[in-house]
Amino acid sequence: MSACDVIVLGAGPAGASAAIEASKAGLNVVLLDAGAAAGGQVYRAPPGSFRVTDAEAMGPDFAIGDGLRQELAASPAKCFFGRSVWHIAPGFVVRAVFEGNTEVYEAPTLIVAMGTHERVIPMPGWTLPGVMGLAAATILLKSQRILPGENTVVAGTGPLLAAVAASILKGGGKVAALVELSTRMDWVKALPSLISRPDLLKRGFGWLGELRAAGVPIYRGHALTAITGDAEVTGVEIAPVDAQWRPLAGQRRTIAADSVTIGHGLVPSTEVTRLMGAKHEYRHEQGGWVALRNEDFETTIPNIFVAGDGAGIAGAAAAALRGRITGLAVARRAGRKIDASRETTLRAQLGKAERFGHAISDLMQARPGLIETMTPETIVCRCEEVTRADLDSAIRDGARDVNQMKAWTRCGMGPCQGRMCGEAAASLLAAVQGGDRSKVGQLTARPPLRPIPYEAIVGQFDYADMELPEPQPG
Amino acid sequence: MTGQTYDIAIIGGGIMGCVSSLELAEAGMSVALFEQRFLASSASGVNAGTLSLTGVRSALSPYALRSIDLWQKLSERLGYDIHYRRIGSVMAAFTDREAEILTERVQAKSQQGVSLELIDAKKARELEPALSEDVKLAAFSPIGGYANSSATGRAFTLALRRAGVAIHEQSPVTRIERKGDGFEVTSSTGVMVHARRIVMAGGSWLGGLGQMVGVDFPVKWRVSQVSVTERLPKSVKRVVAHAYGLLTLKQSENGTILIGGGWQGKGDLERGPSEVLPQNLVGNLQLAMRTIPILKTTRIVRTWLGLHAHTPDAMPIIGPIPGVENAFVLGGVRAGFTCGPYIGKLFADILLGKEPELPLFHAPFNPARFNALSMAKAG
Repeated sequence: MSACDVIVLGAGPAGASAAIEASKAGLNVVLLDAGAAAGGQVYRAPPGSFRVTDAEAMGPDFAIGDGLRQELAASPAKCFFGRSVWHIAPGFVVRAVFEGNTEVYEAPTLIVAMGTHERVIPMPGWTLPGVMGLAAATILLKSQRILPGENTVVAGTGPLLAAVAASILKGGGKVAALVELSTRMDWVKALPSLISRPDLLKRGFGWLGELRAAGVPIYRGHALTAITGDAEVTGVEIAPVDAQWRPLAGQRRTIAADSVTIGHGLVPSTEVTRLMGAKHEYRHEQGGWVALRNEDFETTIPNIFVAGDGAGIAGAAAAALRGRITGLAVARRAGRKIDASRETTLRAQLGKAERFGHAISDLMQARPGLIETMTPETIVCRCEEVTRADLDSAIRDGARDVNQMKAWTRCGMGPCQGRMCGEAAASLLAAVQGGDRSKVGQLTARPPLRPIPYEAIVGQFDYADMELPEPQPG
Repeated sequence: MTGQTYDIAIIGGGIMGCVSSLELAEAGMSVALFEQRFLASSASGVNAGTLSLTGVRSALSPYALRSIDLWQKLSERLGYDIHYRRIGSVMAAFTDREAEILTERVQAKSQQGVSLELIDAKKARELEPALSEDVKLAAFSPIGGYANSSATGRAFTLALRRAGVAIHEQSPVTRIERKGDGFEVTSSTGVMVHARRIVMAGGSWLGGLGQMVGVDFPVKWRVSQVSVTERLPKSVKRVVAHAYGLLTLKQSENGTILIGGGWQGKGDLERGPSEVLPQNLVGNLQLAMRTIPILKTTRIVRTWLGLHAHTPDAMPIIGPIPGVENAFVLGGVRAGFTCGPYIGKLFADILLGKEPELPLFHAPFNPARFNALSMAKAG
């Protein structure tokens, strides 16, 4: 067992920044991450076998990510990559799998910086080969330079749309169309908040300029109502939406394509804080359920802190600042000397970054009418093959809570544990309860958080040495 | 609904509370059913779904046998498929000591009329080809099977609604007051009903309910862990158990393998089951892999927990509550998922004035057997 002062879960901008600050302040920090290097999804490093010869061509995110990785490597934090956490006991004892074996780490303080996962509200055909999330497309493009297809429809919400589309063009691919749910007016309304980051705003306009120059058709205020094809994607069907993003009847248009990338915003990954029994609240503009926390980012479970987008979507810049503040706060509370004026400066910067991040997050969040893209036959839960009709039937029978719905339909019981389907299922349940997502609850988090090889849990053992408890009463 | 008078109020919507409610309502009684969460969402909805005699105490075998007969027809009766499957069960022993215990248990249960026979290793591996070569002795029972416990709540919700039971979910009972011969029952959600008789069927939460009528039920709880693998090709044919009763395992029709056996996690009445204990997960999975070696190459998708009521002598606590006229307790049944349908029906029969097929309000189950039980002050 490896004991230390702080365990940080997740090496994205938040986790890495927290580990840097806490370790530099003198704490013994262990950082665990499932990936091969620090950076998380936003600053994902290219595979170790890749050599970057032209850093500038990699874009500004690469430079920020590389800077973070260098700063982390130079800090005293001990980083362990390729670790998939599967159990956390109070106190805190963290079990993680590394190369097929369970390792145990122990610390009195835990910083949870698990980032986000992507929301996709399904539509017919979304399970076809050739369809992937915007986040998945971003990872392929950023770290591996792989295009999602030859002719791609980019659809959904938020700034990732333009970013992904521009990256596809840059990589030599073709963008069949950009289909966005928000309207120009939605963006104009968000502008006062977005102006706080002119650099990012400029980048966004740059992407749009590249799309226009390439003649990419842009449909705003439109939803993808179907992805067509038998064995693979051959095209999409789109329709204009109303203010609640409900597709309007009878106004369908088809676009030919061989691939689709789609996403409806990001959802904070709260499995660890749920597993530990922390209290959460539903914050639509921050992506959904977030752990309740104080100004030091401490949850309702003493000594468990949350940082980054996992504590509510606010973007990469805010995530890094939150991480630094959390790292300093943990050090301060452990009696280490920290630069108080620096903490004050960071908190002021955070306010500005969060303003921008929350405005973007608000733009990305799926609106209630979008559930109408799910036809009765549409598979909502891919792991257990549960359709919208199955879910509607459970709702008619009286299901009112996401865990009850899970028990009744198996929706969310499979390997993804509801990461893919949970948002869609909860939105359907909420729709019959006045649209109030907070009423339908959160899925209970259970170990091992992600599917874990049986052997990694049981370890090496000899049957002869197994000590069985006393027999149960006969 | 508030202020209405019912023939009976049943507090606790687990499988026994649900079955009793259904029987009584169908016999013409007006029934109000209170459940703090959702019907069959605690022990009755999160157990591993095993329907066999392996985890049943010998003294309860006659009840379990009749209950499994009811399980065969339960989907039809409730109008919703709970996926009952009878596939037979194999109990395995790997050491001399385990073989000894297994032999004793087979004898005890056979005397209770259970069809259970000792078989050698060769026969065991014929009946269950996935069984480890190390098996020394085994027992086979043709009646072992399983149902999908997570579907129980939905099936009962539909059936009870049809039968006209007033279902109050997410309504923990917070007060029970004597009113004349009957009671006034109030929930935290503000529902108040009058009932001529009350039944406490609150499982692990019986202690708190008893206190509302001045009785101290010595009911505690155990927190059982159950794990499930990813989907696999069909490879395990039977319900597989271990001589010590520390393992039950079967493959569902969707291909996942459910692994239980009563290994304990942590939890309490306020937060519910809250913590999987890794050492007990490891123990459970090691024993499972010893029994079915192919598990080694699978992945575990989820481990979950359920609170199960536990009495000091591991026997049920069923009967009239001493000193509290017209109040009854119904709970503490080990392997309650297996036994629930029959015991719930027997209980309803007694309340309906019928002669029960097997004794229920008798000494081994009687709440008055606990010396610690302080007699009623209510009234």
